[in-house]
Amino acid sequence: MESMASAAIFYGVAALVLGSALYVVVGKNLVHSAFALVAAFFGVAVFYVYLGADFLAGAQVLIYVGGILTLLLFGVMLTNRIYNLNLRSGAIQVVPGALSAGLVFALLVWIIQSVDWGAMDVGDPGPTSESIGRLLMGDYLLPFEIASVLLLIALMGAAMLVRRRGGSS
Amino acid sequence: MIPLEHYLYISAALFSLGVFGVLTRRNAVNVLMSIELIFNSANINLVAFSRFVEGALGGQVFALLVIVIAACEAAVALAIVMSLYRVVKHVNLDDAAELKG
Repeated sequence: MESMASAAIFYGVAALVLGSALYVVVGKNLVHSAFALVAAFFGVAVFYVYLGADFLAGAQVLIYVGGILTLLLFGVMLTNRIYNLNLRSGAIQVVPGALSAGLVFALLVWIIQSVDWGAMDVGDPGPTSESIGRLLMGDYLLPFEIASVLLLIALMGAAMLVRRRGGSS
Repeated sequence: MIPLEHYLYISAALFSLGVFGVLTRRNAVNVLMSIELIFNSANINLVAFSRFVEGALGGQVFALLVIVIAACEAAVALAIVMSLYRVVKHVNLDDAAELKG
């Protein structure tokens, strides 16, 4: 009974994620699209909870919803004239785009069905923060350091790109 | 318990929606949102495989690195979009074709 309820919640969240993702890509209003993206990110965090990835679920909410989405909303606000209240976003090549995306989806579904994944549920791994921390400081030290340097370079580059030219600073 | 394939189907659908958005939207910020959807679908796959394979927590570490790179990408791409807006006063990707040969 409990597992049935949990499965029902899972598929409900899946429907929410796919529905809001659909709204992000077909919605006419940019701000509404950004808020639909919030729902999609929260739904993905719920998937992480279902998969026993507690640390990643927290990181997803903090970084995506708290960081990237705020950045995108600023992008929406700063790249439209502020008196233009409806912030429309048009679409082009809808039919070829839908065809290509449908083809990609069909290909992926075919691959998922034809491969024997040999998957077995290894059970709830318990709290993962400590193991992830040890992995980051051990086996994955080099990717971790590269990611931190990349983050530094990207943020400095972004600040330089949007700097006003010709000023004293 | 949800089987692995269902996560893969959801992720495939999310990926296709992202591809559709990238191909059809005209507004640069909206294209960025679609790219974030693609990142998320890849992350669902990584975390799902890390759950269903014994002793493979590396998938979660990879997902964490993907989130970091997504943050970098969003910052730099929005900076480029702002610069574009400053020059041409719109962020319509079809009309920003000055470099086209």
